[in-house]
Amino acid sequence: MSGQSSGCGFLMSVVVHGDSVLNEQEKELNQRLRRLYPAVNENETPLPRSWSPKDKFSYIGLSQNNLRVHYKGMTPRHTQAASRVLLLHRYMGIGLSAQGVNMNRLPGWDKHSYGYHGDDGHSFCSSGTGQPYGPTFTTGDVIGCCVNLINNTCFYTKNGHSLGNDLRQQSQYPNLYPTVGLQTPGEVVDANFGQHPFVFDIEDYMREWRTKIQAQIDRFPIGEREGEWQSMIQKMVASYLVHHSYCATAEAFAKSTDQAVHEELASIKNRQKIQKLVLSGRMGEAIETTQQLYPNLLERNPDLLFMLKVRQFIEMVNGTDSEVRCLGGRSPKSQDSYPGSPRPFSSPSHKASSSQPYLPGFDSNCCNGVTSNKSHSSSPHSHKPCPPGSGSTLPASDISLNGSRSQQPISSSDVDMEVDHFTNGVTESSSNGFLNGSSKHATEPDDCDADMEVESAQSKRQLCGGSQAAIERMIHFGRELQSMSEHLRRECGKNSANKKMLKDAFSLLAYSDPWNSPVGYQLDAIQREPVCSTLNSAILETHNLPKQPPLAQAVGQAAQCLAIMARTGSGSCAFASVDDYLH
Amino acid sequence: LTYCLLFEDVSVIIVLMQEVTATSRHYVDRLFDPDPQKVLQGVIDMKNAVIGNNKQKANLIVLGAVPRLLYLLQQSSSSLELRTECSVVLGSLAMGTENNIKSLVDCHIIPALLQGLLCPDLIFIEACLRCLRTVFISPVTPVQLLYTDSTVIPHLMSLLSRSQRTQEYITQIFSHCCKTPEHQTVLFNHGAIQNIAPLLISPSYKVRMQALKCFSVLAYENTQVSMTLVNVLVDGELLSQVFVRMMQRDQPIEMQLTAAKCLTYMCRAGAIRTDDSCVVLKTLPCLVRMCSKEHLLEERVEGAETLAYLMEPDVELQRIASTTDHLVAMLADYFKYPSSVSAITDIKRLDHDLKHAHELRQAAFKLYASLGSNDEDIRKKITETENMMDRIVSGLSESSIKVRLAAVRCLHSLSRSVQQLRTSFHDHAVWKPLMKLLQNAPDEVLVMASSTLCNLLLEFSPSKEPILESGVIELLCSLTQSDSPALRVNGIWALMNMAFQADQKVKGEIVRCLGTEQLFRLLSDPDTNVLMKTLGLLRNLLSTRPHIDQIMSSHGKQIMQAVTLILEAEHSIEVKEQTLCILANIADGNTAKELIMTNDDMLQKIKYYMGHSNVKLQLAATFCISNLIWNEEDGSQERQDKLREMGFVDILHKLTQASDPNLSDRAKTAMQQYLA
Repeated sequence: MSGQSSGCGFLMSVVVHGDSVLNEQEKELNQRLRRLYPAVNENETPLPRSWSPKDKFSYIGLSQNNLRVHYKGMTPRHTQAASRVLLLHRYMGIGLSAQGVNMNRLPGWDKHSYGYHGDDGHSFCSSGTGQPYGPTFTTGDVIGCCVNLINNTCFYTKNGHSLGNDLRQQSQYPNLYPTVGLQTPGEVVDANFGQHPFVFDIEDYMREWRTKIQAQIDRFPIGEREGEWQSMIQKMVASYLVHHSYCATAEAFAKSTDQAVHEELASIKNRQKIQKLVLSGRMGEAIETTQQLYPNLLERNPDLLFMLKVRQFIEMVNGTDSEVRCLGGRSPKSQDSYPGSPRPFSSPSHKASSSQPYLPGFDSNCCNGVTSNKSHSSSPHSHKPCPPGSGSTLPASDISLNGSRSQQPISSSDVDMEVDHFTNGVTESSSNGFLNGSSKHATEPDDCDADMEVESAQSKRQLCGGSQAAIERMIHFGRELQSMSEHLRRECGKNSANKKMLKDAFSLLAYSDPWNSPVGYQLDAIQREPVCSTLNSAILETHNLPKQPPLAQAVGQAAQCLAIMARTGSGSCAFASVDDYLH
Repeated sequence: LTYCLLFEDVSVIIVLMQEVTATSRHYVDRLFDPDPQKVLQGVIDMKNAVIGNNKQKANLIVLGAVPRLLYLLQQSSSSLELRTECSVVLGSLAMGTENNIKSLVDCHIIPALLQGLLCPDLIFIEACLRCLRTVFISPVTPVQLLYTDSTVIPHLMSLLSRSQRTQEYITQIFSHCCKTPEHQTVLFNHGAIQNIAPLLISPSYKVRMQALKCFSVLAYENTQVSMTLVNVLVDGELLSQVFVRMMQRDQPIEMQLTAAKCLTYMCRAGAIRTDDSCVVLKTLPCLVRMCSKEHLLEERVEGAETLAYLMEPDVELQRIASTTDHLVAMLADYFKYPSSVSAITDIKRLDHDLKHAHELRQAAFKLYASLGSNDEDIRKKITETENMMDRIVSGLSESSIKVRLAAVRCLHSLSRSVQQLRTSFHDHAVWKPLMKLLQNAPDEVLVMASSTLCNLLLEFSPSKEPILESGVIELLCSLTQSDSPALRVNGIWALMNMAFQADQKVKGEIVRCLGTEQLFRLLSDPDTNVLMKTLGLLRNLLSTRPHIDQIMSSHGKQIMQAVTLILEAEHSIEVKEQTLCILANIADGNTAKELIMTNDDMLQKIKYYMGHSNVKLQLAATFCISNLIWNEEDGSQERQDKLREMGFVDILHKLTQASDPNLSDRAKTAMQQYLA
């Protein structure tokens, strides 16, 4: 009978006649399996956890959660074998076999079946004649089987001692299942697929192989010619910096490593500007700027435009989009004011968003920084939108806002606070996640206390920042979006991705508290990142630049290769995780 | 013309030599400059000049730089910087050839550097230690120099806390200078264990490694150290667990191997049980792994030797090892160096292989010997390994004494198998090289070889005949005259085996060759084993009636004398039993009987032993009487009468009631002789 599962390497041990307690600790089992099979995706190839009740011969009985096997037959089936059994040894075999192998015979006797037999200690490799392999085994012995998919070897263990590679079984092991065969009446075998620690120190064995594989990676021969490797690495780093528009860093890096940057600085800065707008949720402005700087780009990419607009709608719901943020008395078109006149309120302030719970009555006073919190200065620190990651370089948007800049009473500590505000402001959870690069839903009130920010902001997140006008604007925008979608469908045919995107976005309105709804994840700032990178890639493509930086491509390719290796059963991938090298 | 060329060559060399010495002399001259600043600069320049230049080093030594450097180093008026640079240069000189080291040691560098350790400056101390380390790890340095001044070891212990460098150098010095039980005791008494144990978890790999090596040399065959080690805690963890962690398979091989050695030595010293999981599940598998092909030849040698030592006394470990990772087959690879491939492809590799070939072979023989010392199945498995017997046979006549010794140990271990004696030993005529080995070999080889010979001379061994014909008796008789008790035992033991059920000719040969004088000397041998085997020989000689009568007719007087002496002296029960058995054999002879019957004193002794508290002695004595009164022989009536008169019948009668069934049966049989 064989264990349920797939053919990625496996381990198991068999206690002959053991009386191990079978109180299953599912958790321990799962943890151990994860540790032992780091590269196995159980959705694709589930690991064996017990014997399969289907793949067994009728003389075999199962009990103890399908972990105990016993022989139900009345007489030994193979008389020739039986005489030996009764005299001396238990007649049983453990091993591997492919699915569909005759279940009426001991493992090793048939094609695609391998086994180690207790009566003579021989190894059987798809044949009725065995070869001397190891010692005999009998009642009370713990026998283990380990398949190593790195060097395609298989070895058995007895009572925790490796018996050495079974040379005859040195071959490919595609889709083999652990198998045990018995034919002595009353025989009982208990199996351990990881429910308990293995008697053989398999972890230590894995440690050795992990070290070997990692040494192999570390010592992988790189370019023969001197400096070739280094300059390639430098190019990768430089292109990465340029791609993500870290212009100052890119410039400094290029200078110090003596490289040419393949994109004009102005172009990088433009992209940086747009990325910052997207990442801070100011989609309206981002779209506008893109249209100004890259005319025709969005016209030629209607799907991209649609995606941006949907995101804009979401940001409206969120209350972060400039259009809704400054609503009330003023022109709803924030784009109008940007980048031309440096009106304080139109400046893309996070302060404004942080003090999001506008009371409806404050409509007219749309100046950023206005909050119900008295302690808060109304001075526009707003000019430090400081999207995270911008580092020391000044945000591009600031540059155009000369006027307002002069008003800023910014001290460096102020800047820090700004960032904090941003973090804990509007949609506290989302912004936080954005900053940290992980969706940490920090809703603890302590957090915002520490930031001296309005606590009410946390508890009273309101649709579109709470402004009635903004809500109207949002609904209007939603209708536009709907018609745009219909238009798109007529022009370009059905697009299920677009349809779903729009449906998900609209679903936000179905909940009184969209942030805590099942579709609330969309409001998370981290969702801005894919939009941002898609837009960035589209811009780069128009310049005939790669839409992905080579570094990311290399990392992606490595991860992909590992996944393919795992799928094809190439074992070394288990000890080479890309993450181990990304610190 | 040839002369002329030769002459030219020589002159060129002389010119070159002069140039080299000229520049070297310049360096030495600068050491004598009156300006200390210039001296310092001179030493620094010298340092840069000697790095990696063995010739320069040799030149400077010849030109007498060493005494001057030592003088500067010891002078308290020298600046610390100068003193430090001096020790650095000396350390560099020590890195050269063995001759350099010898010259340095002859200049008394060791006491000077040890003196330097008293200086408070750490940089200077480290430089001195580094140089001392280099000197002490050389095989030409007498390690005793570390122990001549009794204040040195405690001072070194106190320096262990100063820095990672002092830790590394000092532990390295200790591990190289601990060669005898006395050294172990000195280091132990000065707190080596407590001081070094914390270094096992040092952040520096080198320190950890050297500390570990220290423990391996300290624990070797030392019960006191081993017993202390098992109870030591390092950061709350038992030392044995620390060693187990160091054996993890992702650790460097050197560390795994040395940790396994530590645990092996602790186990052999009785501090850890052989069934402890850290031995069975960790140390043993680790050592088996070390024997695998993927490791360096040195590691494989050390792994095999350590494993052989670990399991020597324990059959269970031998059984486990014999099935682990195909060890028995794996060892066969040890005989394949230099491989034919290496000879063709790579001279360097061939050289390397050749250098290690002997070591590999002897290690494999040792391990086979240890594996097969108790279990018959394992012995069978070993002899069935490819060409095994041929390898042993050729190993017995190898030039390397280490290999010969290991091969004969292996043969000895296998010779404990009745089956192998009957089959493979005979098929391969192992007795031939064995006999050759016995002709001219050092004692340790002789002991093993003669012990093996004992087994080959067992009655059922088919090799017995050809060995007899090869004139072995003389050789064995000469062994009985050896100063070594082990050789005497083996010699007489082999003779005893040989005499068992032998024909008259062989027995006569033995007696003639050994000579009665030597025989009786052996009967008073201080070694009980020798005495026992000699009695055994006598007993084997005195079996079957004609043999008994013949030997007793020629040597009866002396034998009776010897028997009397032994029975009267203080001896163990076994000795007395064996002697009474001889007497019983004598009593079985036709004419020999009379030697007892006419010896009233002897009869009294027999009577005494019939009433002894030990059943074995009673049995042997009764046996003797039973032989004397046996009916069907001439003169039995007279003997029966005489013995009745002496009161033996009463004793026999009493013994028929004995609780021991053998004894009462024997007594009843004897009584029946009277009734018939």
